[in-house]
Amino acid sequence: MSTMTLNAGEAVPAQKEATQPVAEQTEVKSRAANPNSQVDGTVGSPFCDDAKLRMRNVNVFYGESQAIHDVSLDIGRNQVVAMIGPSGCGKSTFLRCLNRMNDTIEGCRVEGELSLDGEAIYGPKVDVVPLRARVGMVFQKPNPFPKSIYDNVAYGPKIHGIASRRAELDEIVENSLRRAGLWNEVKDRLDKPGTGLSGGQQQRLCIARAIAVSPEVILMDEPCSALDPIATARIEELIDELRENYTIAIVTHSMQQAARVSQRTAYFHLGKLVEVNDTETVFTNPEHDLTEAYITGRFG
Amino acid sequence: MTDLTQSNLTQKQVRERIEARLASRHRKEKIFRGFGIASIAFGVLAVLVLFTDIISKGSSAFVQTDIQLQVTYDPAALGIETVDEESLAWANFDAVIRNALRERFPEVTGRRDKRELYSLVSNGAGFELRERLQENPQLLGKTETLWFNADDDVDTYVKSLSKSKEGFLGRTSEQKAQWILALRESGELEKRFNTTFFTNGDSREPEQAGIRAALVGSLFTLLVTLVLSFPIGVAAAIYLEEFAPKNRWTDLIEVNINNLAAVPSIVFGLLGLAIFINFFELPRSAPLVGGLVLTLMTLPTIIISSRASLKSVPPSIREAAMGMGASRMQVVLHHVLPLAMPGMLTGAIIGMAQALGETAPLLMIGMVAFIVDVPHGITDPSTVLPVQIFLWADSPERAFVERTSAAIMVLLAVLITMNTCAVWLRKKLERRW
Ligand SMILES: Nc1ncnc2c1ncn2[C@@H]1O[C@H](COP(=O)(O)OP(=O)(O)OP(=O)(O)O)[C@@H](O)[C@H]1O
Ligand SMILES: [Mg+2]
Repeated sequence: MSTMTLNAGEAVPAQKEATQPVAEQTEVKSRAANPNSQVDGTVGSPFCDDAKLRMRNVNVFYGESQAIHDVSLDIGRNQVVAMIGPSGCGKSTFLRCLNRMNDTIEGCRVEGELSLDGEAIYGPKVDVVPLRARVGMVFQKPNPFPKSIYDNVAYGPKIHGIASRRAELDEIVENSLRRAGLWNEVKDRLDKPGTGLSGGQQQRLCIARAIAVSPEVILMDEPCSALDPIATARIEELIDELRENYTIAIVTHSMQQAARVSQRTAYFHLGKLVEVNDTETVFTNPEHDLTEAYITGRFG
Repeated sequence: MTDLTQSNLTQKQVRERIEARLASRHRKEKIFRGFGIASIAFGVLAVLVLFTDIISKGSSAFVQTDIQLQVTYDPAALGIETVDEESLAWANFDAVIRNALRERFPEVTGRRDKRELYSLVSNGAGFELRERLQENPQLLGKTETLWFNADDDVDTYVKSLSKSKEGFLGRTSEQKAQWILALRESGELEKRFNTTFFTNGDSREPEQAGIRAALVGSLFTLLVTLVLSFPIGVAAAIYLEEFAPKNRWTDLIEVNINNLAAVPSIVFGLLGLAIFINFFELPRSAPLVGGLVLTLMTLPTIIISSRASLKSVPPSIREAAMGMGASRMQVVLHHVLPLAMPGMLTGAIIGMAQALGETAPLLMIGMVAFIVDVPHGITDPSTVLPVQIFLWADSPERAFVERTSAAIMVLLAVLITMNTCAVWLRKKLERRW
């Protein structure tokens, strides 16, 4: 009991609510307990007309355990969709379905219909190589290759044979770095290792690398979790710019970030998609109790 | 905060407890460090003792007592008239040497004494003369001064003189010792660099025995081993680590590979004998078969170390490449392999070093045979350094003792060179991420 008192005391030292959360929590639990069946159907508007990515009744299993339960969602063209939810609720898992990164995990099984521009992502004849060129990914932890900055960005164009001449490749590299807001910082040391950059620079390098192959969709899994506020702001700006040409799905733990960058927000809970709505609606007037509990910080 | 202090200890109590344990913690750390230093000291000492012992015993083998003689290519003594293939084969070069020795010591008479005199010079001297005449046919009938290897008994005696005044006579008679001292006095007997040791193959006569054949045999064997085991081992490791599904079959394979690494090497020798020689009828005593057997032996080592270095490549790099749309093959070739290469090479070189020192399996496939000629290919009969060491260590002649140690020195030199290469390669290829 003593540790709990300590936690509460530390978390909200100024507020007089130190005793309140207990009551609140039980309330949330009771609310979550009876409408839990409601989670079966996602509330809000998960579908949209001009869908770039269309997911229907997606179930994902890790071996025996099910991580995603019957999720249906559309991601509109040139739209930023934020995915929020408590840790372990399956956001990353869901995101990784969209470019079949789950294929690389032993024992991971994906069911349901997923399509990109109407073409099945998990179709029997689909080659993951061009798929991943169309659906790029930026990971939670910056993971540049242990190669030069130039080679990092040029890697995608090289393996996909996008640039036919060296000059063309140079141009792609410069453009990508410019769009990622990194060009001015690295233009004099393109031949230096990408791993020698700061964390924020590395993440922007990874974004430059991802956009170098001109994907149609960019998946971002907590791209700012390791970054300071300034670098985060830069990346958020970048996402806003990128929206003109790309469709973006971003996982984030920061509500503010979701509110700032996205048009639509999807709230996941225990592997289920609870609510999808316009970002503004989700943050000002959530339909589902669980969503409200989460965004008001009562659990998660 | 009061909650914590009430239900637990006061801060003062906590500090006191920590301090009470501090002394014993420091003591334990000291003991632990001392233990480490002691083990390293023991290791260094053992290496030092080994090296001094081997070097003190073997360094004398790198010099060899030579005797200077004035030889006349006398057609009469040789029993030939012209220099051609056939006549050279028949020519009696030993007679020329004997004549030269008799001229040097004209006072020696009597069959017995003469025989004693002739044994000053190695009985390989005649062959040397033949080669010289073959290369320079115009020398027939001429006279020149040449150095010849002394007999191993002479060599042993001369070398022992530097240790004690009387020296070790052994099989050398008093009279012979007088001649030797006389030759040494006049500068016609010298200790010179032992080129024979590096240019000849094995021989029954220590002064004519060299490590060339064994060294070349070892290199051929290692070459076969490297060419086979490195690509196969790396390919197997890459497949198991990067491509194979994790199921019961791959588990079984993994267990078997680990078991193979622990199989005594002689078993591989027996296997090689049964399969490569008896079934496939490959030549006996050949570096090819030796290399095949050693490949079987080193493969598990290479596979295990390669897998370990593949495992140590951060998975985030694989994910990054895969996320860019690289195929599995490209992920491996562009990203994983370059990062794993230093570790793989180190493993391979450790495996090679193990193979270089291996004796037992090679005994089984006939590489223990007495082979004089330097092999010219991987199918020529040959022996290898460790087997040569084994053979010499078994020989009764005193002069083989130092040669055994010298051969060990050569083997160690090759090993150290290989390890240095490994370190250098690793430094060169290693990249940080
Ligand atoms: N490789 C895996 N093998 C087995 N189970 C996994 C694996 N990856 C994730 N899971 C499980 O799937 C569930 C969803 O995980 P996921 O990583 O998608 O959560 P998340 O919402 O991204 O959480 P976080 O916000 O902490 O990143 C979790 O219960 C997790 O334990
Ligand atoms: Mg996650």
